[in-house]
Amino acid sequence: MDDRKCECGHTNPVGTMLCESCGKPLDSRQQLTAETAKEFPDMRYEGMARRSQTYSKTVIDKIWNFFSSVKIAIYLIIITLIASAVGTIFPQQQYIPVPVYTEPEIENFYTSTYGTLGKIYYLLGFHNLYSSWWFVTLLVMIGTSLVICSLDRIIPLYKALNKPRLNQHESFLKGQKIYGSMELQEDKHDLFPRAAEELKKKGYRIYQEGNSLMGEKARFSRWGPYVNHIGLIIFLLGVLLRNLPGFYMNEYVWVREGQTVAISGTPYYIKNEQYTTEYWKEDEMPEKLDLQGGVIPKSYQTDAVLYVNKNKSLPGAEPDLQEVARGPIVVNHPLEYEDLLVYQSGVQEMQLGALNFQLIDTKAGNTPVGSVKLDLFETKPEQQVADGIKVRVLDYYPDFFLDASGKPATKTNVPNNPMFALEITSDKEPVKEKLVYLRGSIITEKQDQRYTLQIVKPDLIDISGLLVRKDKAMPIIYFGAFIVILGLVMGFYWQHRRIWLQRNGDTLHLAAHTNKNWFGIRKEVDHLVEKLELVMLIEQKKK
Amino acid sequence: MDKKNRTYIRIIILGVLLVALIFAIYSSVVKDPGVVKAGDEAPNFSLQQLNGSNVKLTDLRGKGVVLNFWGTWCEPCKTEMPALQKQYEALKDKGLVVVGVNIGETEVAVDPFVKSLGVQFPILMDRKSDVTKLYKIGQIPASYFIDEDGVVRDIFVGQMSEEFIADKVAKILP
Repeated sequence: MDDRKCECGHTNPVGTMLCESCGKPLDSRQQLTAETAKEFPDMRYEGMARRSQTYSKTVIDKIWNFFSSVKIAIYLIIITLIASAVGTIFPQQQYIPVPVYTEPEIENFYTSTYGTLGKIYYLLGFHNLYSSWWFVTLLVMIGTSLVICSLDRIIPLYKALNKPRLNQHESFLKGQKIYGSMELQEDKHDLFPRAAEELKKKGYRIYQEGNSLMGEKARFSRWGPYVNHIGLIIFLLGVLLRNLPGFYMNEYVWVREGQTVAISGTPYYIKNEQYTTEYWKEDEMPEKLDLQGGVIPKSYQTDAVLYVNKNKSLPGAEPDLQEVARGPIVVNHPLEYEDLLVYQSGVQEMQLGALNFQLIDTKAGNTPVGSVKLDLFETKPEQQVADGIKVRVLDYYPDFFLDASGKPATKTNVPNNPMFALEITSDKEPVKEKLVYLRGSIITEKQDQRYTLQIVKPDLIDISGLLVRKDKAMPIIYFGAFIVILGLVMGFYWQHRRIWLQRNGDTLHLAAHTNKNWFGIRKEVDHLVEKLELVMLIEQKKK
Repeated sequence: MDKKNRTYIRIIILGVLLVALIFAIYSSVVKDPGVVKAGDEAPNFSLQQLNGSNVKLTDLRGKGVVLNFWGTWCEPCKTEMPALQKQYEALKDKGLVVVGVNIGETEVAVDPFVKSLGVQFPILMDRKSDVTKLYKIGQIPASYFIDEDGVVRDIFVGQMSEEFIADKVAKILP
């Protein structure tokens, strides 16, 4: 006899465990009796054939079958976990201290720092693991397996649950974990209506046909895991979308007070009008702390203006800026404009911004003639100090040092140690004097110069570190995460409960199934037995 | 659902997943699509020349251009400058332009520096580092050898010798 043909006459697809029509266990090796009921098929997929088990003929079917296996999914996850762990043994390429990333340099770093293991690590490509083609392939394969495993199970499950089966085969009922039966002595006509009423009170939906009744509750909780998986897939898609141009941007810019900086990759410019750190005052603190003269910051704030460059066609050309947004940026409260978010994320305070001097005329009793300002970032080549008197910058080294040949040079382009060579000229008198500012002192060219500079308090500025972020995929990622939670809640907080009552001749069968919380359904079954005054021993098998 | 339909649906689903795979691999392996590579057209820009007017890169079409990104704090940049100057002097009548792009420094720092080295080729002041960001410059000196049609023929990061420059320049002369 064909295995697939049930004694009720229904032909089931290959792999079916419980007849689609009558619910009788189908595996011919199992002749089900009450004693061997432990081998009753798993109810997880209602005894339906998984779709991939049904046919396996073409290449497409074979690929499909491969991904439909949960075992394969678990192997994929384990391989990915191991690979991810291996990637943390030595630092990834982007974190190694190599000045220029050329292949020989990188190889040399791993070999010389970590020896033979390092060389193997490099040769196998583990130094670029997380963006390697095979790692990405593994991730996509997990995604694929997620989609196909879900589809392969949800469709037959839906079919099985959508049309609740009544008039089950006796062995189906006997095979259930909660089962009881009794002989009906007298004709109890009101038994089923009463049972229906009791079950309805408990929130069950009633299906009835002839001598068979089923109460069902919270079927939707069976969809929980699948909803959860759909959420995960949406989440993964969102992450993948970030790679599309224009979807994701993460730029860090340092902006001095008063400076306007282009945000690279966008037509936007950002200006730092003012930066302030606010500190907790002593009377604001709940208890007296001994801070030993220290302070605790309360907030970091940049007052910023966001501009859009209307002349964006040509980089480097004078930008035509138009203000689009303005406001304070505080930690966790970014400046928002369309899909652009600007976060406060760093600061360098009290940096030298400009040096200030008073020009002194030594021939006129050291009287101040006028003030000189040397901006360290936007240095003016020449400035008029007083009537006819000019100060000209001859040389400027922002980070002064003497190079190998003993000549003045600059170490960086950051004004950590500014050095200026200046020339003072006067129209009225033939004066042309030179002097140098270095490390807080003035060195004059000649001993008895007429003009010299007196140092006054420099301009100190704060440099604010702003993180500019654009993430159009974020709503999709949040939506995916929401669906994941929804699926988890559906699956965890409700249980799909079914209670069958069936009368075959003089015997009344009662069986119950739930996908979790057997204690809960047992209580409802006991309640039903009590209300219906049934003399019935309910057995609960351990599986 | 008959078998044929099911196969089609499976093909469609597997196809979509395959596209996702290709896209994921492409976007992770091809790291930075914005980076200027040899063979690309050099991105156009306009910058103010030191003590001079604006210069557009496209204005230099028809000439071989060496675009050299540098800063006064960069020792190798300083060392290779005379070699660049020599090539410029020797070949400027044959259609070579050397363009130094200074990264974000002030005129008062750049002008004396350039003068002391005897550099005569045009120096462009990238005050806001717009062009430096456009070319995604990391290490300097970085030199782009651009031919008469505005196509980048070669890129070199690091200090160059005179012979090296001469060799590269020969390939971009009109």
